[in-house]
Amino acid sequence: MKISLRRIAKSYGGQCVFRSLDFEVEFEHTLALVGPSGGGKSTLLRLLAGLELPDSGEIRIDGDLIPSDEAGLRAHRQKLGVVFQAYNLFPHLTALQNIRLPLEQVHRLSTQEADSRAKQFLARFQLLDHAEKQPAQLSGGQRQRVAIARALAVDPAFLLLDEPTSALDPEMTAEVLDVIAELRTSEKPIILVTHEIGFARHTADLVALVADGGIPECSPATEFFDRPQHATTRRFLQRVLKY
Amino acid sequence: MTADFLFDRPRKPAGLFGKSFSIALLLAGYSALCWLAFSESLRNWEKVWGYRETFWNGWLTTVQISAAALILSSLIGGATALARRSSFLPLRYTAIAYVETVRGLPLMVLVLFGFYGVANALGWQDRVSAGIVILSLFSGAYIAEMIRSGIESVGRSQWDSARAIGLTPTQTYRFVVFPQVLRQTLPPLAGQFSSLIKDSSLLYIIGIPELTFAANQVNSATYSTFESFVPLGICYLLLTLPVSLWTKRLEKKTRYET
Repeated sequence: MKISLRRIAKSYGGQCVFRSLDFEVEFEHTLALVGPSGGGKSTLLRLLAGLELPDSGEIRIDGDLIPSDEAGLRAHRQKLGVVFQAYNLFPHLTALQNIRLPLEQVHRLSTQEADSRAKQFLARFQLLDHAEKQPAQLSGGQRQRVAIARALAVDPAFLLLDEPTSALDPEMTAEVLDVIAELRTSEKPIILVTHEIGFARHTADLVALVADGGIPECSPATEFFDRPQHATTRRFLQRVLKY
Repeated sequence: MTADFLFDRPRKPAGLFGKSFSIALLLAGYSALCWLAFSESLRNWEKVWGYRETFWNGWLTTVQISAAALILSSLIGGATALARRSSFLPLRYTAIAYVETVRGLPLMVLVLFGFYGVANALGWQDRVSAGIVILSLFSGAYIAEMIRSGIESVGRSQWDSARAIGLTPTQTYRFVVFPQVLRQTLPPLAGQFSSLIKDSSLLYIIGIPELTFAANQVNSATYSTFESFVPLGICYLLLTLPVSLWTKRLEKKTRYET
């Protein structure tokens, strides 16, 4: 999978996140975005997801430009899967209905097809027993796994995960990370924003540091952690690995 | 002795004795109050009984007006709530002006101006339909605010998730936002409906033969004020109490965590 950003500018209400970001990367399985809070990781992910438009500049994924009109953006969003920190699921629908909704309404599967596809994905993540539960009856880890199942069920071109474990306790974090690690080799390309440095090191092909509106370093995981080239990276790693 | 018992939540359900004793005490107090208020005055039932048909017709009219206004005010409330969120400025401002004006005025003023001012100028002579529209406009402003706050209580992550899975704005409202808004606003909405039933009593000032109008009529014909207005109160309670009980049940049923 290949991503290229050219002269991307993005600000929110006077707060400039990117002034002029140029970034090109090609990876096979997993790209991890790490960096300090407010550095622009999530903004970058939302731009790739087509949830935000850059103020200027262009983004290409595998050579295709992300469109800037709402209809085009929607078509772009339909081709990928996104999982946020929390509250991904719709609280008034059961786990099964949550997965069926995009299959039926966006991808126009018949009720029967959607149902069997949704169950197939629930079964894959050992969630079939919880199919009829609403999100409030599920644990945090189960909710995130259902969200991942929903994102995968539509057969997306790639997955975008925005700190999928940051709202979970360590045990549930492990449960969700196991699922992501398992997807790594067999499945779609994943772009993952994460605070789990150890996980990034073990699972990602490439790790990119997003800080101060730029991407000063992007290298294979072992290199990134063992031989960081950039001073910002070293400072960041020092801080997060201190304890 | 502290006043903690005022604020404590009960630790266990009340026993049968405690319950029946409290209810008996309450009923005794209630009866004493009624005795004090009405024992001297409620003596003239024969004359009022002769007008039972007037009451019945008035009650029917009140039920009809309330039912029609209930539907119309829900439609007006829903449309206004959406208009208040519209990106088209004149529409948004119209909605805001409407809500603020209506909520700032007493219903009596609205009824008088609405009928003798606006409806007359438009040549709209039918009092009942004009009354239904005025009452719906009044109630609709409150319902609009309930629905709007319901929509705003749907978190940003829900809108994001809906967009991320590729739903259109219309689909987002239909499958994600409205079902949640409905659950949130049903209890206050049911309370508003009970207000609406009572508020319909003010339509007597433009001469609609509803329940309060009927009671007034019986009163002036028989000179038996309390004998006319006690049945009036009971008739309203017959409509509002079920709505109130239904509200309680809804509140229990629709509670869910987010």
